This record gives sequence, structure tokens and C-alpha cells, in this order.
Amino acid sequence: MNFEEYAGKRILAQDGLAVPRGRLAQSAEEAEAIAVEIGPVVIKAQVPAGKRGKSGGVKVADTPEEAASCAEDILGMMIGGYVVERLLVEEKADIAREFYAAVLDDPASRGPLVMFSTEGGMDIEEVADSHPEAIRRASPGIREGFDITAAAGMLAGLDVPAATAGFLADLYRVWRTRDAELVEINPLAELRDGRLVALDCKFVLDESSAFRQPDIAGWGAAERMTRLEQRGRDLGLKYIELDGSVGVLANGAGLTMTTMDVIAHFGGKPANFLEIGGEAYTKATPALELVLANPGVKSLIINFCGAFARTDVMAEGVVKAWLELRPNLPAFFSIHGTNEDEAVRLVRERLGFEPYDRMEDAVRAAVEAAR
Amino acid sequence: MILHGSDRVLVQGITGKQGTFWTEQMQAYGTNVVGGVNPKRAGEIHCNVPVFATAEEAAEVEPVDVAVMFIPPAAALAAAEDACRAGVRTLIILTEHIPSHDVMRIHAAARESGTRIVGPNTAGLVTPGECFVGIMPAFNDRVFKPGRVGVISRSGSLGTLVCLNLVAEGMGESAFIGIGGDPMVGTTSRDALAAFEADANTDAVVLVGEIGGAMEEEAAAFAATMTKPVVSFIAGAASPPGKKMGHAGAIVMGNRGSYASKRAALEEAGVVVADTPAGIVEALRQGGRTVH
Repeated sequence: MNFEEYAGKRILAQDGLAVPRGRLAQSAEEAEAIAVEIGPVVIKAQVPAGKRGKSGGVKVADTPEEAASCAEDILGMMIGGYVVERLLVEEKADIAREFYAAVLDDPASRGPLVMFSTEGGMDIEEVADSHPEAIRRASPGIREGFDITAAAGMLAGLDVPAATAGFLADLYRVWRTRDAELVEINPLAELRDGRLVALDCKFVLDESSAFRQPDIAGWGAAERMTRLEQRGRDLGLKYIELDGSVGVLANGAGLTMTTMDVIAHFGGKPANFLEIGGEAYTKATPALELVLANPGVKSLIINFCGAFARTDVMAEGVVKAWLELRPNLPAFFSIHGTNEDEAVRLVRERLGFEPYDRMEDAVRAAVEAAR
Repeated sequence: MILHGSDRVLVQGITGKQGTFWTEQMQAYGTNVVGGVNPKRAGEIHCNVPVFATAEEAAEVEPVDVAVMFIPPAAALAAAEDACRAGVRTLIILTEHIPSHDVMRIHAAARESGTRIVGPNTAGLVTPGECFVGIMPAFNDRVFKPGRVGVISRSGSLGTLVCLNLVAEGMGESAFIGIGGDPMVGTTSRDALAAFEADANTDAVVLVGEIGGAMEEEAAAFAATMTKPVVSFIAGAASPPGKKMGHAGAIVMGNRGSYASKRAALEEAGVVVADTPAGIVEALRQGGRTVH
């Protein structure tokens, strides 16, 4: 779950880390009022996408009038597919040096990874290529944690302000107590007056932890979703609308991706991603309704390979939806795994479809029928 | 991580609906289930085995080789730590959506106790004709038959399909190892390849991967050193770009994780990568080797 900069900074501020003074504005008037209050400001588009600066979504304003006109320019811009509706207006920092700091989940060590670079303000990938020696890494044990002594050890030999170790230990504490997947500060600025301030913040909450972070879970950025995708989410289904013509209903993420791959292999295009894996296998009826609601669907592939998911339960759900909606579409089935005999019988007797033995044959038929 | 019929299995969460259903299936198949865990039902008999308050208590009665968790995400950490304290050799975590920091703590506990974690988010392990632990349809003889092909899969449903194809073509499996679909799994594809390379009952290995992460690339480096042929299928070639990694995440992964990267790494290691699941069987028939 991605957080926009202002929401990430709100968490940092609550947890005692230094961020610039500022507030959200939704109009030129509001931006102007904030500038009157705090002086020269930076106005930053709030969208859950990168490259805001390069897209023209970040501007400096020295006077309230400039703030109003910059805000006017940025509001309504399209950045990374998002329309800018909100601005973060905050005090302009008097920067001496810029660093990079991050704490994140690391699959390689199955634990946290703390990163620091003396080259702030640029993409960390670029730094890794051009100045690998500028990057320091530490992999603390999650049960031991990462304190100021550990941070000082990690930074040893680098020319950085004394407060940097404390900042890194604090950042680790934010990552840990807030169940973050990633908290990245780029740039972390040393100001001319010596203070260390987080000028930007990318915060990603681990979605599986949202239930135990009720204070901040609601601050996540709204995902861009189509009407059908929103309906899928409301039903608790992972549905992604695509621009193809073969509707897909399969169980399990791996099998669903594979079904899409095989559609592409035979020259077709999938109309959606939709898996009813795990406990969701009992939701075949709303799932099929969702697939059929996409007007681009010309044929259907229903591919079940049940392990945990009982194919008879899924087939029953499909039969129910089909008899309710009676779609005027060709459908092609491949059904195998737990309780497949009963599932095949249901599809054969109730719908009159004969499931294919090989899923490749069912997919190929669905692709041909969609032409 | 290849199960044997003699392995003593403990089911954490045995009294729940899924725990009960799958324990019965495991027992019917021949798995040596020696007990279950549910603190509220300790002292009872469920599925013909004793229920204990903790895995530790169960292990005091009789050592446990394998524990399997039918436990919801929020309770997974405590259950896993209990299994590790009990000295369980292999812990199979079926649970999906465990908070990621809890997953890290589970791995830390397992390192300390020397426990092998399989999963999280795995469908489990099967040794056809002997036993299974997890939620795979081992009892379906169109999917699982004793044979000499080792199968490794991140996905339960896709693994089931691949096994089905093998059996339909007259082959069988020496074992199925479900790796799990989570980003931080305890047993990697590489670990599973190493187990099959050392297994006297395995002649060839099928590696079913997915886009994302770097496991297939690491497995490829090991496959290059193996004496047994490896055939692979990687799901996700046609998937739209998924959730974008944060910048810092991207650097950890380097440029690895894409379909193209995985396929190239595997092919370079001499692994045949099939275009569709059915292509796996074809490749095995031809010896599973790339002709140079």
C-alpha cells in the first residue's frame, strides 16, 4: 500500500523525525495562504507516482503570489496517470548537502535492510551504477533491532553530520513499529543551519499488516481502478481489467498467469486477470459475473486445477452464475484436481459443455472462438 | 524436504474446518499424523490423535519431525515460534498474508532452532504413494503417481496441473515440493533442486517458477552444476507489469525478476524452458537437455 509524500511525512512527524513545516492545499488560494504564513515555499504535487520533479510537479515559490500561480499550474496536471488534486506546500529548505536513507524488506536475507548513500537526490539505482562506494548497507536481525550504535558503525568513515546515525536508528524504528515494507528518504538534507530534515518520503505499508496499523492504514493512496476493478475489490476478488477478448476464470495466481500466457501463446489476448485462489474459491458465482461484465469478452476459458480449492465447489458456482445470466458466449473448460469427477459431471449435465482434457486445447479453442 | 512415510507429523490448528478436512485426507493417504495443537482443546482426541496445548508439549510426548500450520495470519508467528521451540525439523506454513515483519521473525526463530521452513503460502509437500503434508490432492491418482520426476512449484494450482500432465503421459513423481508464493520463503527453488539432485529416487526435475523475485535466477546457477536434467516453465510472460517495486527494492533485486531474465538465466544453465505447461512433458521425453 503506497502512501503519498504528505502521508509518509505525517507518519515521520508523529514519530519524531524532522520534516519541513507545511500543509496540504487543494487550491491556489490555500497555497497562497500557506506561503503568507511560512514564507518561501516548495509546492509539490501529491500523487502516488515517481518522477514528480521531472514532470514539472514540483516548483519553488518565493512569494505568496508566486505560490498561487505555481499551484494553479500544477493542480490538474497528469502525472504517472494520476490527476493532481492536492499539493504539499512546505517551507523552502536551505540545503547544504543531500543524502539518501532507506529501510526495507529484503527477500535475500529474509530480514530488514538499512541503506544509506552520500549521493542523495538521485535514483539509488543510478548511484549503484556510478558510485557504488557511496552506498552503505546493513542487515540487522529483526529481533535484535538497529540502534544508534549499529547505525554509527554502518556509517563509519563517511563524511556525514553527527546526527545521521540517530536519524537512521529513528527511521528503522518507523519501519519496524509501522509495519512498513519500505520507508525511503530521498533526499535526506543537511541544512545550512546544521539540521537533518527529510525532504521527501516514500512509505509503503505491508498490506498484510494493515489490520494492525489502524491509525495509518486509511492514509494509503487510493489505487487507480476501473469500475469493474472496484467491483472486484468490493467482492474481495483480485480482478485486473485488460484489453483482450478472452475472459479468464481460473483458481490460484500461478494457474491464472499461466492461462493468460497460453492465451498469448496461441495468439489471443486475455480480457482480465482474475484468480479465485485460497479461500476465495467459493466465490465463483460473483467472479464469473465480473468476467462477463466486461463488454470486450468474446469467449471464456474456465481453467480449474484444484488442490486446496475444490473443483466441484467452483464448478457449482460457475453453473449457478451461468444459469442466472445465460450469457450468449462460447465457454471452454478444463477441470482437474480435487473432486474433478463431480465438477465435470456438473458442467456436462447442467451446462452441456464437455471439458477438455488438456488445458492447452481448451485455451486454443477459446482463442479461436474469440476471433 | 522430501517427506517419508515414517515422518511424525503434528498439525497445528487441527480442530478447525480446514485442519480437520486435510488431516483426514493426510491420514487416509498414509501420513503418520501423531497429534494436533489447539490450546483450547488440549486433552481431547481429534481425528483419532491427541490434541496438545502447544507443539512443545506434543514434542515432550514424542519427537515431531514435521509440523504443518492451519493457522490464520495474525496467529502464525506465535504458532511458528512454538513449533521452533519444540525442535520441529521441518515446519510447513500454508498461511498466506502473514504480516511481513512476522515472517522475518519466523525465519529468525527457525535459524536459531535449526528448523527448515517450507513456505509461507505453500501448498505443501507430497511423496506419492507414501505421504503428503499440506493441501495438495495427493490422493488423486491422475495427479500423483510414484515415479522418478521431482517437481518444484511456487504455485499449488499450477503445480497440480504440471503433475497431472506428467501422470497423463505415463510418468510419475518422486516428490512434489511446494515452495510457496510469498516473497520471503524459507525453502527456495535452489534448495529444492539440491534436494532432488541428492535424491536417489529422482532422475529429472521440473521447476515451475513465476515472475518476481530472484529465486529462478539463483536456481539456474545451481542447475548449471547438476548431473540431472532440469525442465522449467515460468508463469507470467503475458502478465501486465505488476505492483511496482520501490526504488530501493529494485536495487536489491538488481534487474532480476522479469520473465526474460529468468528464462535467459535458466537457458544459459542448460535448462529447457517450455512455452506452455504441456511443453514440459515433451522436453522430459527428449531427455530434458538442451542440444548444443
